Amino acid sequence: MTAPAYQVSHLDALEAESIFVMREVVAEMERPVLLFSGGKDSIVMLRLAQKAFAPANIPFPVMHVDTGHNFPEVIEYRDRRVAELGLHLVVASVPEALARGLVRESPDGTRNRIQTPVLLEAVEKHRFDALFGGARRDEEKARAKERVFSFRDEFGQWDPKNQRPELWALYNGRHHPGESIRVFPLSNWTELDVWHYIARERIALPSIYYAHERAVVERDGMLYAVNEFIRPRAGEEQFKARVRYRTVGDASCTAAVRSDADTVEKVIEEVAATRITERGATRGDDRVSEAAMEDRKREGYF
Amino acid sequence: MSVETAAATPVGAGPEARRMDLLRFATAGSVDDGKSTLIGRLLYDTKSLFTDQLAAVEAVSAARGDEYTNLALLTDGLRAEREQGITIDVAYRYFATPRRKFIIADTPGHIQYTRNMVTGASTADLALILVDARKGLVEQSRRHAFLCSLLRVPHLVLCVNKMDLVDFSQEVFERIADEFTAFAAKLEVPDLAVVPVSALKGDNIVSRSPNMPWYEGPALLHHLERVHIASDRNLVDVRFPVQYVIRPQSTTVTDYRGYAGQVASGVLKPGDEVMVLPSGFTSRIASVETADGPVAEAFPPMSVTVRLTDEIDISRGDMICRPNNAPAVAQDIEAMVCWMDETRPLQVGGKYAIKHTTRSARAIVRGLHYRLDINSLHRDEAAGELRLNEIGRVRLRTTVPLLADEYRRNRTTGGFIIIDESTNRTVGAGMIVEAG
Repeated sequence: MTAPAYQVSHLDALEAESIFVMREVVAEMERPVLLFSGGKDSIVMLRLAQKAFAPANIPFPVMHVDTGHNFPEVIEYRDRRVAELGLHLVVASVPEALARGLVRESPDGTRNRIQTPVLLEAVEKHRFDALFGGARRDEEKARAKERVFSFRDEFGQWDPKNQRPELWALYNGRHHPGESIRVFPLSNWTELDVWHYIARERIALPSIYYAHERAVVERDGMLYAVNEFIRPRAGEEQFKARVRYRTVGDASCTAAVRSDADTVEKVIEEVAATRITERGATRGDDRVSEAAMEDRKREGYF
Repeated sequence: MSVETAAATPVGAGPEARRMDLLRFATAGSVDDGKSTLIGRLLYDTKSLFTDQLAAVEAVSAARGDEYTNLALLTDGLRAEREQGITIDVAYRYFATPRRKFIIADTPGHIQYTRNMVTGASTADLALILVDARKGLVEQSRRHAFLCSLLRVPHLVLCVNKMDLVDFSQEVFERIADEFTAFAAKLEVPDLAVVPVSALKGDNIVSRSPNMPWYEGPALLHHLERVHIASDRNLVDVRFPVQYVIRPQSTTVTDYRGYAGQVASGVLKPGDEVMVLPSGFTSRIASVETADGPVAEAFPPMSVTVRLTDEIDISRGDMICRPNNAPAVAQDIEAMVCWMDETRPLQVGGKYAIKHTTRSARAIVRGLHYRLDINSLHRDEAAGELRLNEIGRVRLRTTVPLLADEYRRNRTTGGFIIIDESTNRTVGAGMIVEAG
């Protein structure tokens, strides 16, 4: 940032916009919560929240929708970060909801879709009226049309054809009791912006974001880690590969990519050169149909 | 799935990538003038299009029996849009070159055009209007130009597309360029560029086309990369709408009181004498802080925390400015309003909630001076209401004073939204003409 030109870099502009959005929510909404999965986007959001309210503490709790299919490195990171920042962590547990009969396991064993009722139940129980999510518009084409302040009705549903126009930086968070707003402070960030910010801010991430050796199987053209949730099926061969994760989701449907990028600089170089979107490369759940994400979002997904 | 790694440092990976600036632009065009193709071309040629996105589009195109890969499918993200072959809403797209990061607000040309165009243009540094070289200017081109000038988009680019279909004719191009320039002269368009292109063939998109040696201007991308936007910011009028008061409840930080917000305009420095509105109290800036430490000065679009030397009562919605340069403190507002609600029109006597900077108020519509026909610019003074996508000049009375500037002078302190109090929907956008 050079003073005479009065110009800021694109990263500074994005940071300023995200901080503005977070302050707007805290000023106008009663019970905000930040959805924290231990993934890189939610980690960056947490850093922005720290900056938005410094020197005060982050003035809202964080919530993890826990599918029970976790990477241990990510849960360890989550708990450490929450302790460091003195945050209150709400865990909305899918295994517990399964035990109570709120949701039923889907035939393919993935829990992506059944997270939604668990999330919505926790929102209702804690009366959260604003949920910060780390979704970005560059991720997926249904998301490209979502607002920064995205209204949800009392069933948590998104109606893409009935969104509020969003002009200037004037966000409309008004809602009736029981309704809520999903807020996406990283809307205008790209995957590469997120990585540049992680590098600039020296933000620590769960180790699985960097290249490491792992036992994997190849399935539908993607590499899945062999763990307690994924076992080689008939005809699949288990082998060792040097991989890293581009996204961190449910461990039963999040794939790794082959990579030698073991530092943030190398990851940036890799992300800048890659020709495949992060969801296309690593998410079994988004390959189901042309409108898989849109359908889940309508139901109240993140 | 392996990741392909180029030998050279890819775009966006080098250290320069952290020093790029940001340009937001809105695109507008009529149906079939090639807007989606142009966006697809920009994304493709800057390597911002991913192979899986392209493969998905190719597969859907083939399944629909399209003869060519329909790049419009890239931007049509919702099921209804794909099924009906229409674009419903503003879609945001991203690409970068080593010089700049770009955010495109892609607004559909046909349905709901005004609402979407106004939304996209409200945050745009630049607007890109497309016309088909074979058809020349159409009613919509003029409408789009008018909306850009109404929203005070500082830079306008007219792309005369499909030049390949008019044999790259200089005469055709110049006729359209002259006609548009003459029309734009009647509007307030501070900066206009006209570029002849073929989005389908790539002429004058990333590099100068050998097919049009008579064109001496830059290729489109070159223009987008270099158009000078730094001077668009208002660095003269200090306006700092207080967004949130930071008062840590902690044992380690005591007696801290900071006013958090994003600088709307002007430059704030420690030591500056300031006035706080609406109270009118004056004080001095003790420090300008960020989480990374104090800064020597703050300017748009920085989000900072301002601390003052005196303890005065300041809350959200107040405005920090300079004693000799302050916005109006006004409850009577004259504004151009674009109506965005399909269910109920704006009517004289109607009561609404409004949001202006960080301040919320209620407002009553005291008068509708005229409705503007945005094709002819004719003023209909007999109009009794504003319906969806209509624009008119309105007089409002607010419950509390707004701290407002004319929109033409300040897009941040001159714009407001109108909210229906029963549905909570955003139903209108206002641009202040006069506050007093």
